[in-house]
Amino acid sequence: MKRALLWLPLLLFAGLFALVGFGLLRPADRTVRSALTDKPLPDFTLPALLPTKPGVATSGYGGGQPRLLNVFASWCVPCKAEAPQLMKLKAMGVPIDAVATNDTPEAVRDFLKAFGDPYQRIGDDRQSKVQIALGSSGVPETFLIDGRGRIVMQHVGDIRADEVDAIAKAWRDAR
Amino acid sequence: MMFLRRHAGLVPASTDQQAIALEPLDRRSPHGGPRHKAGVTWGILIALMLIASPAFGQQTSLADVQLRDPAKEAQARALMATIRCVECQGQSVGDSDAAIAGSMRALIRERIQAGETPGHVRAWLIERYGDYITYDPPMSAVTWPLWLAPVVLLIAGAAIARSSFRKRRQG
Repeated sequence: MKRALLWLPLLLFAGLFALVGFGLLRPADRTVRSALTDKPLPDFTLPALLPTKPGVATSGYGGGQPRLLNVFASWCVPCKAEAPQLMKLKAMGVPIDAVATNDTPEAVRDFLKAFGDPYQRIGDDRQSKVQIALGSSGVPETFLIDGRGRIVMQHVGDIRADEVDAIAKAWRDAR
Repeated sequence: MMFLRRHAGLVPASTDQQAIALEPLDRRSPHGGPRHKAGVTWGILIALMLIASPAFGQQTSLADVQLRDPAKEAQARALMATIRCVECQGQSVGDSDAAIAGSMRALIRERIQAGETPGHVRAWLIERYGDYITYDPPMSAVTWPLWLAPVVLLIAGAAIARSSFRKRRQG
C-alpha cells in the first residue's frame, strides 16, 4: 500500500505534464459560437436599409423555404472577400438575406455596387442589437434557417470558395 | 475610439467635404469675411450635419453614456465587468473598445434602464452565446469540478496535515 502511494506524486505529475503538453500542441479554437444553433430564430424586426429592398423579420422565415441570413457590414474587409462566394450561392438559387450591422444606407449602396448584390432583403441593424440577439460575435457570419424557422447552421467568418458547395448542400438538406 | 473611427471611414465623401469646407471658413473669416455667399456656406454646413448625423447618433447611444440613475448605472457597470468581449476575449465589454463591446454596453444599459435585473440580462446573453460570455460561470455539469476542486483540495490537505502531525507526535 505504502509503496504504491510513493508513486502517486509522479503519476500526478505525468498526468499534468500530458495535459499541459496536449494543450500546447493542439491549436486552440477561440471561436465564440452562437448558442442558438438548433433553436428557433429569435424574434426580431429590422426596418429596410435601402428603399429598393424589404427589411428582415422573423416572420419572413419558416414558410417552408430555407434561407441564408448573412450578418455583414460595408466596413468589414472579410465581407468583401466573401462577396463572390455569396454571388455564387445566389446563382445556385440560394435565397440570401442580410443583417447590416452598424452601417449606413450610402455605404451599403456603394459596397453592393462594388462587390455585387446577393441579397433579397437587407435589415438595418444600426446598433447591432439583432447581431447580439443572434449570438453572432463578429462580421461576417452566416446563419442557415430551415423551412420551419429554426437555425440549423452557423458559419463564422467569411465563406471561402471551397466551402460554397457544402453550404449549398446544407441549404438543400434543410428543405 | 474604434467605434467612431470605423464610422469616419464609412463615409469618405463626408470627411473630404468637411476638410474642404471647414478650412476656408476658419482661415478667411477673421480677415475679409467669407468670400462665397453666406447662403452657400449655410447650405454646405446643413448638408454636412445631415451627412454626419448617423455618426453623431452613434455617439449618443448608451455605449459610452452613463445612465441618469446612479444605482442603475452601478448595476450596469458591475454586469459589464463580468461579460466577456466576444471579439477581444481577454477583456470585459466594460474595458474593450471593440465595436461589438460598445453595442453590448448599450444593450446592457438600455435593458437595465428599462427595469430588467442584471441577472436576467446575463441569462439572456448566456442563452445567445453560452457560458463563455460570462467571467462568472454558473454551476453546470462542466463547471462543477472547478467549484468543487478547492473544497476537495482543502479537505485533502487537512487530512494529510493531520496524519503527518500524528506521526511526528508518535515518533
